[in-house]
Amino acid sequence: MSVQNLTYLFVGITFALYITIAIRSRAGSTSEFYIAGKGVHPIANGMATAADWMSAASFISMAGIISFMGRDGSVYLMGWTGGYVLLALLLAPYLRKFGQFTVPDFIGTRYYSSLARIVAVICLIIVSFTYVAGQMRGVGIVFSRFLEVDINTGVMIGMGIVFFYAVLGGMKGITYTQVAQYCVLIFAYLVPAVFISIMITGNPIPQLGFGQQLVDEPVYLLDKLDLVMIDLGFRAYTSGMKETIDVFCITAALMLGTAGLPHVIVRFFTVPDVAAARKSAGYALIFIAILYTTAPAVASFARINLFESTHNISYTTAPEWFKNWERIGLIAWKDKNQDGKIQHAAGNAFEPAKPIFSDQAGDFGQREINNTANLENNNEVYIDRDIIVLANPEIANLPPWVIALVAAGALAAALSTAAGLLLVISTAVSHDLIKKTFAKNISEKKELVFARISVLVAVVIAGLFGIYPPAFVAQVVAFAFGLAAATLFPAILMGIFSKSMNKEGAIAGMLVGLIFTFSYILYFKFVNPQLNSSEYWLWGISPEGIGFVGMLLNLLVSNILRVITPNTPMHVQEMIDNIREP
Amino acid sequence: MDKFEENRKQYWSSNLKLVLSLLLIWFTVSFGCGILFADYLDQYTFFGFKLGFWFAQQGSIYIFVILIFIYIHRMKKLDEKFKNLNTEDD
Repeated sequence: MSVQNLTYLFVGITFALYITIAIRSRAGSTSEFYIAGKGVHPIANGMATAADWMSAASFISMAGIISFMGRDGSVYLMGWTGGYVLLALLLAPYLRKFGQFTVPDFIGTRYYSSLARIVAVICLIIVSFTYVAGQMRGVGIVFSRFLEVDINTGVMIGMGIVFFYAVLGGMKGITYTQVAQYCVLIFAYLVPAVFISIMITGNPIPQLGFGQQLVDEPVYLLDKLDLVMIDLGFRAYTSGMKETIDVFCITAALMLGTAGLPHVIVRFFTVPDVAAARKSAGYALIFIAILYTTAPAVASFARINLFESTHNISYTTAPEWFKNWERIGLIAWKDKNQDGKIQHAAGNAFEPAKPIFSDQAGDFGQREINNTANLENNNEVYIDRDIIVLANPEIANLPPWVIALVAAGALAAALSTAAGLLLVISTAVSHDLIKKTFAKNISEKKELVFARISVLVAVVIAGLFGIYPPAFVAQVVAFAFGLAAATLFPAILMGIFSKSMNKEGAIAGMLVGLIFTFSYILYFKFVNPQLNSSEYWLWGISPEGIGFVGMLLNLLVSNILRVITPNTPMHVQEMIDNIREP
Repeated sequence: MDKFEENRKQYWSSNLKLVLSLLLIWFTVSFGCGILFADYLDQYTFFGFKLGFWFAQQGSIYIFVILIFIYIHRMKKLDEKFKNLNTEDD
């Protein structure tokens, strides 16, 4: 069977599976719709959390980013896993003990203020929509490359599926679908990684393999990669380029942001008790770590494979995948030295960095591009980092079913995260805005209707993001983590660990964190992107890492205000005592 | 009631002590070994990896998992102790 037919088959089977699960776990009450009736087993919740957490970015983009950044890519590995330690030790058990439906619920009750609740809802909606936009791009890429359907049709199919099981099953349906999606995505990630590890190093465990010697010569893989890269004018793969302070702040912002992401936190509301909340954080991190420790191995295998299969190879004999990805515009080649061969080197091959394709075919049949060649280096190739994981099985010549499996896995990753995000957005609207703020008297039945309508609206908006992708999708991911780190995380943390933190302090802190982080990112990413380099940054901290500074500011402001404004009321202090008990 | 208050305080302070010591390790392996001292650690090799690089791309993640499970285990014991103390009073 061809790759395309196999992909249709795999994607079809997995989609049928998700729908079946959704129908069997319909939600009948708001509690089931919002938090799956608190009846999810810790291991199942761990898997669901892992699928919820590992998005198109983790599955598709992360190994590619690490592949191109080398050592500097470690910020994502540590940042996106270390946050779970904070979540398990500092937040999850207490939020579960608190026992309500949403993150704004906690902030609104703990800080005895509907203003605090509304500020939390605003932060939640900005964070979650930013994140959803990225998932839609992932769905679009997979559909257009593997199923050769139009990107818009692909996005609509994906949205239809998510809509179906989110509206029908709510959190309950999503949870059990995510368990299935985790199994699909982790299998799809590991199979090619194991194959490639055996091919390159002879060791079936990728985590060990990338520290070993190559099969065809007695050299350590990472040493060889360092040598090849230095030879081509790059920095060594295992040494970093970013300033230490920036690496520190980005890692911190990602960790704190992870711990403050509403769609992750809400997963811990779904388990039966406090002990189960702790356990499911542990299981979630195990399930996540399986992918996150494989990713850096995949990254280094892919980088070395890329050089070996295309560097100094003439275009006409270049492997098929190179042309396939060129056809959809994620690879481009400009033959600067007119030798008909593909050459890699450090630096952008042309200006602007992204290719602008003309309709013409070049001398060797390549897609001609209108960019001006950058003559300061010898690089001739543009490669979109997002294709590394998807193209890896093709680059390594693996059988077609592996390629089809990876496509199904990527869709599982994107859809599971999108569903989780859409649910927290709609919950925030139907529960926190409608039920708790504007129409306090509505019945549970009515609230459930509103919840389903909000999912529908959220799905449509997310679908529009996918069909008309805002040009800034890639740049705004920094927003999601930075804002969660600077607003929600400190508000929840102090809500649990500082009895004397009052509403004045918490609200001012969240607002300062929000405005500072938002403006800093906005300034360097959109207002003055030409100034976006370390000499203009505050203390050399990039927009990706500024959320950490935002969090420190939040702590500072809220604690100053706490001292000069009235103390927390007695009933809130008692509530804190209560959530601190097991 | 006073006894109960005292138990509660004791429970909370043992909890804080445990969390702080685990977070110290969390900070040391990631921000310490993976970032601040990574260049220094790179002179040693570990299973074929430069040690600092290994901490940044592998080791810190394994230790994170272990930390959470130590926490689960210790908290389970602490919860039981707290529960027993309170039932003794009744």
